[in-house]
Amino acid sequence: MSQAALTVRDLDVRIASADPPFTVVADMSLAVSQGETLCIVGESGCGKSMTALALMRLLPQGVDVARGSVVLGDVELTALSERQAEDFRGNRIAMIFQEPLTALNPVMTIGSQIAEAIARHRGLSGREAWSAAVEALRQTQMPDPERRAGQYPHELSGGMRQRAVIALALCCEPQVIVADEPTTALDVTVQAQILGLIRQMQERHGTALVLITHDLGVVAETADRVVVMYAGRCVEEASVEDLFDAPLHPYTHGLMGAIPRRGAEHLTEIGGTVPPLWKLPQGCAFAPRCPRVTDRCREERPPLLEYRPNHRAACWNVHDAA
Amino acid sequence: MTAYVIRRLLLFVPMAIGIVVVTFCLLLLIPGDPAAVLLGQEATPEAIATLRRTLGLDQPAYIQLFIYFGNILQGDLGQSIFQNAPVSEIILGRIGATLELAIVALTMSAAIGITLGVIAAMRPGGIVDASAMLLAQLGISMPVYWLALLLMLAFAVMLGWLPAIGRGEPLVSAFGMALAGNPAPLLDSLSHIALPAASLAVNSAAIISRLVRASMLEVLNEDFVRTARAKGVRRRQVIWNHALRNALLPVISVIGLRFGALLGGAILTETIFAWPGLGQLTIAAISQRDLPLIQGIVLTFAMIFATVTLIVDLLYAVVDPRIRLK
Repeated sequence: MSQAALTVRDLDVRIASADPPFTVVADMSLAVSQGETLCIVGESGCGKSMTALALMRLLPQGVDVARGSVVLGDVELTALSERQAEDFRGNRIAMIFQEPLTALNPVMTIGSQIAEAIARHRGLSGREAWSAAVEALRQTQMPDPERRAGQYPHELSGGMRQRAVIALALCCEPQVIVADEPTTALDVTVQAQILGLIRQMQERHGTALVLITHDLGVVAETADRVVVMYAGRCVEEASVEDLFDAPLHPYTHGLMGAIPRRGAEHLTEIGGTVPPLWKLPQGCAFAPRCPRVTDRCREERPPLLEYRPNHRAACWNVHDAA
Repeated sequence: MTAYVIRRLLLFVPMAIGIVVVTFCLLLLIPGDPAAVLLGQEATPEAIATLRRTLGLDQPAYIQLFIYFGNILQGDLGQSIFQNAPVSEIILGRIGATLELAIVALTMSAAIGITLGVIAAMRPGGIVDASAMLLAQLGISMPVYWLALLLMLAFAVMLGWLPAIGRGEPLVSAFGMALAGNPAPLLDSLSHIALPAASLAVNSAAIISRLVRASMLEVLNEDFVRTARAKGVRRRQVIWNHALRNALLPVISVIGLRFGALLGGAILTETIFAWPGLGQLTIAAISQRDLPLIQGIVLTFAMIFATVTLIVDLLYAVVDPRIRLK
C-alpha cells in the first residue's frame, strides 16, 4: 500500500448542542491511500454522513469533533483555523453531494459556480477560470460543455447536474474526494454512468476516494476497502474481497443476507431496529438484534480487533475467525 | 424571458382599466349628491343642478364612466373645484416630491433592513441578533407620526442639526448642480429630506430586516450553501454572494409592497414636515371635499403602485432564472 492520503484516528463526533450531548461517531479510524477507494457502508443514521462532514470540517452548528485526528497528507485538519480550513476545502479535499439539484446554487450558472472555486484556489482571472470550468465540465463528459456552463441547474437533467457537481469537486484536482451517496438520487442507468465516471476520474488523477453508501452493490463494484458502520462505530473493516467472501461480524452477515442473489430462496432481514444514538445499550450496540448474542455482549463493548490479516471486526463472537 | 416580459406588460392593461373603474366607483359610493355636498347647505336647487350638469352627474353612471375614461386617455383628470386648475397639472407639480421622498425612504429602509437582517442571521440567538431584533420590534411598533415628531424634536428643535420643515431643491436637479461644481443645493436638499425619509423608512426597515433574517436562516441551511463552503469559499462571500441572493427572492416582493405603504405613510409624514407632495395635497383635497382632485390623487397612487408591482415582477425574472421559464 502506498502512502496514506488521508488518515483518520480515533475520531469522535458529538452533538454538543443536545442536552445532554451525545456521540454520533465514536472511535472512527480509517486510512485511504492515493488511487484507493474506501467505502463506508451502513444504514441511515449510523453516522456515515457525519463522518464525511467531519473530514471536510463542514459539521453543522452544534456538532463538533470531540476527539481524534484527521490528517490530510501531512496536515492535521482538526487543528486548522476556519480560514485555513477554507484554503484546504475544495482545493486538496473535496466533496460530492447526494442531491445534485439542491447542492447547486439555483441562481448561478453552473459554469460560474465551478469557476468560483477555480478562481478561489488557483488565483485565475475571471475569463481563465471560466475556460477552466468549461474544461472541467468537458472532463466529466458533459455534452456541449460551453453551452451547459452558461445554464442554470434547473435547466439540466439529474445526471448532468451530478456531472456538474463532480466537475466542481474535481476542478482543483484534490488529493481526496469524499462522496456522500453520490448516486442515490439518480436513475439506475445514470447511477452506473456516474460511478464509472467517478472511478475514471479517480484513476486519471490518482485521487483517494472515500465513498459513502448504503448500497452494497455499489460497494462491490467500486471499493478496495470497506468500513461497515453500525450506530456510530466501525464494526468491521476489510478489503472488499474478504468482506464479501467471509464477513466476520454478524451485522455484516445480516447485510449480505439482505442482498438479492440469483438462486436464493428468499431475502433474510435483520430483525429489530437501530437503537437511538442517545440511548445506546451498555455493551455492543448490535446486541439487541444479534443472532449470536451472549451475556458478555450485553455488558461489555467488543473492541475492534484484527481477526485475519487486514481484516478487523468488533465482535465477541465473530463468524469463522480461522 | 422576452415572452415573460411581454406577458407581464400586457397584464398591466386590464389592471389599469380595473383601477380606473374602481376609482370612478369611489365617487358613486359617496353618500348623497356630490354637487349638493360641494355647494353646501345654502345652495339653491338651480345652482346644484347647474353644477351637476357641469360635473356630468346628470348622466347615467356608465356614460359618466365612459366620459371619465375618454378624458383620462387624453390626460384630462378634470378640474379642481377649489384650486381652479386642471387636476393633472396640480398632481404633476406635486408628484416629484412624493416620489423623491418615497424612493429615498425605500432605499434607506432596504439598505438598513437587509444589513440588519443579515447580521442578525449570522449568529442567531447571539447578542447582535437579539439587539437587532429588539430594534426591529421597536421600529414596527412605532407609529410614523409619533416617530416623525420625536425625530423632529430631537434633531431639528433640540440639536438644531437639520431643518424641521420644507423641501430644498429637487434632488435630481440638486445633483446636477453638484456635478456642475455647486454642492450647496444638494447638501441643503439632503438635510431637508433626511428627517421625513428617516421617519418613513424606520417601519419598513424593521419589517424588511425581520424578513431578511428569517429568509437567511432558512437559506443558510440549504445544501448549496454547504456546497459553497465545501468549495472553500470564504464565509463572508458565502453569506453575501450565495445565501443573500437566494434569501432576497421572497424579500423583493415585500420591498415592492412596502412602496405602497410608504406612499400611504407619506400622507402623514408630508403633513408633519410640510413636504410639498401628494400626501399634503391629499389632506387638503379631502378637507375641502375637492372630489375631482381626490379622485385624481387616488388614481395616481394606484397607478404608481401598479407600476411598482410591475417593476418588482420584472426584477424577479432578472434575479431568479427559474421564473423566466414559467
